Amino acid sequence: MSDVADRVKKIVVEHLGVEEDKVTESASFIDDLGADSLDTVELVMAFEEEFGIEIPDDAAETIQTFGDAVKFITEAS
Amino acid sequence: MFDLTGKNALITGASGGIGGEIARVLHGAGATVGLSGTRVEPLQALADELGERAHVLPCNLSDAEAVSALPKQAVEAMGSVDILVNNAGITRDNLFMRMSDDEWQSVIDVNLSATMRLCRGVMRPMMKARWGRIVNISSVVGAIGNPGQVNYAASKAGMVGMAKSIAHEVASRGITVNTVAPGFITTAMTDKLTDDQKAGLLTKVPAGRMGEASEIAAAVLYLASPEAAYVTGSTLHVNGGMAML
Repeated sequence: MSDVADRVKKIVVEHLGVEEDKVTESASFIDDLGADSLDTVELVMAFEEEFGIEIPDDAAETIQTFGDAVKFITEAS
Repeated sequence: MFDLTGKNALITGASGGIGGEIARVLHGAGATVGLSGTRVEPLQALADELGERAHVLPCNLSDAEAVSALPKQAVEAMGSVDILVNNAGITRDNLFMRMSDDEWQSVIDVNLSATMRLCRGVMRPMMKARWGRIVNISSVVGAIGNPGQVNYAASKAGMVGMAKSIAHEVASRGITVNTVAPGFITTAMTDKLTDDQKAGLLTKVPAGRMGEASEIAAAVLYLASPEAAYVTGSTLHVNGGMAML
């Protein structure tokens, strides 16, 4: 797993309090990992800080799964 | 009780009667205070009076960019904004049929839109800290209306609806958003009333007197305190019984 994926996974595990093995490529933050809409905003904020990038609102809406997040951040950073 | 030691509070309209008293009371409870307002002199005088733990942060709330910059300036000065008191407000009274778009908009801009921008500006760090207190100073006229104050009453009622909605969104993050609605309070604004006008107003106040700025500040202190963690989305009416809501 890439460095980006590791760092994203760490944030997700810490923030949502889920088991690491639940955070799979296709795991949806809301449907599978128990996030509410505010959690997703906070995750995006945490990604922005961790990776020093800006994630605009319209892009944030497309980040539904762990895989989406890793892909977006890899491309943006 | 009500110890704010280590908390940083940003207060708008701190050059006014009520805002200045709110700053004194929060400061007295141990908070570091950021004093915002348009007039630097009274802010500086208040900061000098308070001594340590007081910062002057001038801001023109009708300037959207300046408003957006204020939370950042407050964080630079104090390290964080744990408590936000949206106290600043203006009036531009006129009979509704004569009210211009400009009279309407300028009051909405300062009283309502600036409050929204400040709430938004402090929200991210409050969410991260899992602690925050926002207290909006509304007015009894936001609840019961007042002739000649269509714009002011609308802005003050708007603050209540906004506070409740934000309160819904962020309650799970340890952030409370409440409103204090003063009635007739002794300030420079009400000093201008004639004795006859005051007597007329007081017939509507069961307590039979005007309120003091310190009585508003006490309500703010409670809502800003750790003890009020379970109170959110509420409006505390401080009006001597003028409107029992």
